[in-house]
Amino acid sequence: MNNLIMIFISMALVNNFVLARFLGLCPFFGVSKKLSSAFSMGIAVTLVMLIASIVTWVINNYILIPYGVEYMNIIMYILVIAALVQIIELFIKRTNLTLYNALGIFLPLITTNCAVLGITLINAKESFTLVESIVASLGGGLGFMLVLVIMSGIREKLNLADTPRAMKGLPIAMLVGMMLGLTFFGFGGIV
Amino acid sequence: MRAFFKQMSKGIIISNPIFVLALGFCPALAVSTSVDNAIGMSVGVLFVLLGSNIIVSLIRKWVPNMVRIPVFIVIIATFVTVINLVFHAYVPALYESLGIYLPLIVVNCIILGRAEAYASKNPVTGSIADALGVSIGFFVALFFIAFLREILGTGSLSLFGTHLFTLPVLGDNPMTLFILPPGAFLIMALLLALLRKMGVIKHE
Repeated sequence: MNNLIMIFISMALVNNFVLARFLGLCPFFGVSKKLSSAFSMGIAVTLVMLIASIVTWVINNYILIPYGVEYMNIIMYILVIAALVQIIELFIKRTNLTLYNALGIFLPLITTNCAVLGITLINAKESFTLVESIVASLGGGLGFMLVLVIMSGIREKLNLADTPRAMKGLPIAMLVGMMLGLTFFGFGGIV
Repeated sequence: MRAFFKQMSKGIIISNPIFVLALGFCPALAVSTSVDNAIGMSVGVLFVLLGSNIIVSLIRKWVPNMVRIPVFIVIIATFVTVINLVFHAYVPALYESLGIYLPLIVVNCIILGRAEAYASKNPVTGSIADALGVSIGFFVALFFIAFLREILGTGSLSLFGTHLFTLPVLGDNPMTLFILPPGAFLIMALLLALLRKMGVIKHE
């Protein structure tokens, strides 16, 4: 149990996907302009990460390792993620139209989100068990969502601020990212 | 031949993948802790981009429009697997320090972007020029960031195990912040702002 809590905190706060590992920077800079869309994106990514971790864990341990073809993992994972995103999109469209409309364009974009492929590669690299993979993906996803939501809140205010012309847009967003990263460094003491 | 170099130079400055198009930030920020890593990553990107651009351009007339993206992704993933195994076998130290960022070239927007925007519509020679130009542009950007981060963060510079020089004051008291993840954001923000101020890239 202690071990699981450690993994969760490490994934969500200490080695935050966006601020410490630089995974999923595109949505971080692109989507996080509005609070509501940042929240939807965070939920969608967490969901896909969770399901992708479970599916790739099963494939890894029951197909790739027994047959000695671990080197195929990159191709396998990206295909699984692409297929999963399609299935989840269809499923949500059929069962919950409001959620589908809220997620909108974000769902198909998740296929090329580094965070999803990242968590499956991390799970394989650390050889996590199934439960550990689930906890790790939840931690990673929720950490991603937390940072996205904080960032979008800051950016809504930043739009009103008078920034130097050369710093407008991406550079100032990166500076905010730096300060957030320094803040999150404080969590390093927990683990 | 002129067209070849024209297409190539486009990727280096006018549409530099990192500074101008703002694509592929993940690897640019994550592996730019040392110049070694920057060179290793650029070699990986060059190999994958060259391979995928050539193949995509060769098969562009046979791939149905509906399934082109999955086809491109599988081609890219194959080349990434190859470079991953090559690095693991011949440069294990570099393979370790690049970590998961080497396989993550699969989802690097630059590669899929070039396959979709250029190679799937143009003949092979142009695609090779495009791949070379974009890779060099990626290398230049990554090298700049890594060079600044390594010098400021460690106060010295070394290249593949050979120590080049140590700065007088900075060598004793390096600004460790620049090696840490927040330092990457800082350097990148300042570089982008500087390039805009100098007029190299456009204001928003």
